[in-house]
This record gives sequence, C-alpha cells and structure tokens, in this order.
Amino acid sequence: MEIKLSVKNLDAYYGKNKVLNNISLNIPKNKVVAIIGPSGCGKSTFIRTLNRMHEVVGGTIKGEILLDGEDLAKTDPVLLRKRIGMVFQKPNPFPTMSIFNNVAAGLRLNGVRNKKKLTPIVEKCLKQAALWDEVKNNLDDSGANISGGQQQRLCIARTLAVDPEVILMDEPASALDPISTTKIEDLIFELKKDYTIVIVTHNMQQAARVSDYTAFFYMGELIEFSDTKKMFTSPEKQQTEDYIRGRFG
Amino acid sequence: MNSKYFYYKRKLTSSIMMLLTFVAALAAIIPLVFIFYYTISKGVTYLNLDFFIAMPKPVGEPGGGMANAIVGTLILIGIGGAIGIPVGVMTGTYLSEFGNNKFVFLVRFLTDVLSGIPSIVVGVVAYTMVVLPMKHFSALAGGIALGILMIPTITRTTEEMIKLVPHSLREAGLALGIPKWKTTLAIILRTAWKGIATGVLLGLSRAAGETAPLLFTALGNRFWSTNIGQPIASLTVYIYDYAKSPFEDWNQQAWTAALVLILLISVLSLVFRIITRSKYKTN
Repeated sequence: MEIKLSVKNLDAYYGKNKVLNNISLNIPKNKVVAIIGPSGCGKSTFIRTLNRMHEVVGGTIKGEILLDGEDLAKTDPVLLRKRIGMVFQKPNPFPTMSIFNNVAAGLRLNGVRNKKKLTPIVEKCLKQAALWDEVKNNLDDSGANISGGQQQRLCIARTLAVDPEVILMDEPASALDPISTTKIEDLIFELKKDYTIVIVTHNMQQAARVSDYTAFFYMGELIEFSDTKKMFTSPEKQQTEDYIRGRFG
Repeated sequence: MNSKYFYYKRKLTSSIMMLLTFVAALAAIIPLVFIFYYTISKGVTYLNLDFFIAMPKPVGEPGGGMANAIVGTLILIGIGGAIGIPVGVMTGTYLSEFGNNKFVFLVRFLTDVLSGIPSIVVGVVAYTMVVLPMKHFSALAGGIALGILMIPTITRTTEEMIKLVPHSLREAGLALGIPKWKTTLAIILRTAWKGIATGVLLGLSRAAGETAPLLFTALGNRFWSTNIGQPIASLTVYIYDYAKSPFEDWNQQAWTAALVLILLISVLSLVFRIITRSKYKTN
C-alpha cells in the first residue's frame, strides 16, 4: 500500500495553546480517511496542518508531515495548496464570479486565461462534482445564487479544477440537507478512484459509509487509527467504543 | 384592572417615544429641504445652456457662464482623485489585510487625526509644499490639497468594507493555491468593491465642495485654463467670490453655481452607481 501523506510526531499550537499532541499516522493513496471525534478535539486543526492553512490564522506546528516523502515545511505553501485542495464546512463560492469563473478561478488566477482551454476543464470538473446537469444552462449566473448543496458541489468542482492529488474536506456536508449529503457522499466514493481524500465529520454513520480508514481524535490526541470496518465493529480502545456507541461527545 | 393600567401605560410610552424619534427624523431633513429649496429657487434663474458653455462676463454685463469653473472643479477633483484614490484604497487594504502590528495601529491613528484636521490647514500645507517652491498658485497645488483631504475617508471606508468580506473567501482563495496578493486583489477587493466605491464617492464629493484649501492653492481664474501648472477656476471659489460681492447679478450667479455643484455631485454619484452595479441580482 502506497503512502500519500505521512504525519510524524505532529504537535500543533495556537500561540502557546497546544491543540494537537504527538500525532502520527499514515494516509494511504487513493483511499478515504475519516477523522472523527467530539467538538474541539483538534480534527479541523489537524487537516488544516496538511495544507498549511493552519499557519494562515497564526498557528504553528512541531513535527513532520511528508507528502510523497517530501517535507511540507520545506515546500512553498502556494504550490503545496495546488497539490492538496480543500473543501470547507460552509460552502464559500466567490459571490462576484459566475459559476463558470468559480470553477476556473484557481486556473485563471494562476495565469490560464484561454477560454478554449478552460471550457473543457470546467465542464469535466462540474461533471465530476455531479453538478453539470443542474447548471449547464446557466454557467454565467452568480455562483452564490444556487442552493447550498449545489454551492458545496461547486466548491468541490472548483477544487478539482486545480488538479490536486489530495482533497481535504472539513465537514463538507454538515451544513446540507440529507439529499445533498447523499450526493456529496456518492461523490466522495467516485473521487477516491483518482484522489486521496481526508474528511472530517461529526457524523459517525457518514464516516462508516464513506471511508476506508478512520482516525478517532480526542482532546488533541489520536486515540485510534484503523480500518473503518474494524473501528466500528470492534474498536481496540474503550474511549473509541464509548464515543462510537454515543456514550459521550 | 392593574394589568390594564400597565398595558395603557406601556402603549402611551411607546407612542411618545415613536413621536420623538419621528420629530428628530423630521428635524434632520429640514435643513436639507431648505438647502434644496433655496438653491433651486434662487439658482434656477441663471441656469441655462450658457452657464455651462460661456465664460464669466465682467461686472455690469448681464449673462455669461462658468464653463471655466465647471471644468476647473472637474480637473481639481481629478487630480485629487488621482492622488487620494490609489493611496486611500491601498492604505485601507494594507490596514485590513496585511497588518497586525504597531505600524498599522499608528497609521490608523494618524488617518483618524488627518480626518479631523481642518481643510484650511491642509490648504496651508499645500501652499508651503507646492505653491512656494513653484512660486505661483496652480491647479496642481489645489489638487494635491484635495487629494490629501480625500485620503482618510477613502482609507477608512476601504478598511471597513474589506473587513466585511467573510474570512472564508480568503481561505477559499488561498486553499486553491492562489498567492495572497492575487487573492486580495481578485477576490477580496473585487467583493468589497461596491462599498469601496461609496467611500471614494464620499471623498470626491467632499473634495468637490471644499473652498478653503483652494483659496491659496488653486486661487481662481477669470479665464479659460486647463493648465495644471497655472491657477484654475473652481465652482466653490466662484461661489465664495460672487456671494460676497456687492453686485446683485453676481449674487444670483453664486446661487446658480451652488446648484450646478450639487447637480455635478449627483451626476457623479449616479455614474458611480451605474459603474459599480452588480452583474448579478442579489436574492
């Protein structure tokens, strides 16, 4: 099994406040890894360290994260974020841009202006994000005037357009209704053929449905990391079992 | 019975407070109504095509216009805008996007101080900095004075408007591998653009209405001039000169100049609204 991202002894801080303590795990290529745990356990901080968005809000880390064996700390964050895309909890399309330009934003703002080149990419990404049929006739409308579920799929299409290798999803369905959630989950299933996906979720059924591996975080520590089936049927640690059974959190 | 008493008391208090706020709102618009009433009723007499295309006539000769002053005012706020808009917008962007240090605190404080400085003082500064070295009055000096006056308004509005852009859009841009400066320019400023334009408009309007800083910078000019190295006419200085002159005819023209100035600012405001109109309907 090929390892895409390797995290070694990772500590993360906001100022002096330590929010992640000695995390080590390997994220395999073309698999879906779910991160679960109660609010405030450091799940979001963890995935934000993977594309160095953690430092955008003034956070710092200790330890090592390797992408294909290459130390993240030594890469240029701008180039890194093209390889590791991110979908946020709340859909955040660019309100001043059309649907087309939202998808093309990452390419256009990095110098690809040729519409002939962009059109097939935009179409392909919207199809991949299962949004094409719903928006193909109004690609020039504002990206903010579609429904929340559509906006989130637009954000996924926008992430795909940059052609990343890894996609990080920070509770991508928590602001959506059940039907949109199902669509996003189906999408994740399709996407893992081409991408490595790390998804943070509050919803344990969702983790069980979409992921191959699950990591359980609690109070900034990685309590357990294993095969999703095993985690949800016979967890090794008592804490994991209590959380999965709904006894706390 | 007791509850009924409180019920009516509450109703009464509510009505009284409502009336008070209504009266206050009325008091706030009364001066505006008077301004419009007087400028229109007194200024409309001379408001004809000539006023826009003809030059001022000597005392005693009826008619004439203020073509030079209208163009002069436009040139002055043009120069002012060329200085004030870029400096203001960029400073505001820096304050909200790039700074979180003592320097930013200092700049913000100084901008507030600058906005409180009387415009005549800014005029004196422009006089010392530009007029004295050039050894004569000029449109350039007037424009620089107006530009300085615009900076605080534009800076603070830009800063506030950029702060209103949700943080999630910044993160979305950065997460796509777009460099920070490009995210700021193409996403943040683009999103805040409408609000920034309002600030710019406020700055320009205020500058267009300034008289004091122009008196000893742009000075005024009875003749046609578009040379920014020479003294230039402006509507406000004409209003000042004509309103205090002993000639009935000139007093009338001062009213017309005031009316034209208001119209000019209204047109400017309309143009801005059209330019910045969003491409998309907001729902």
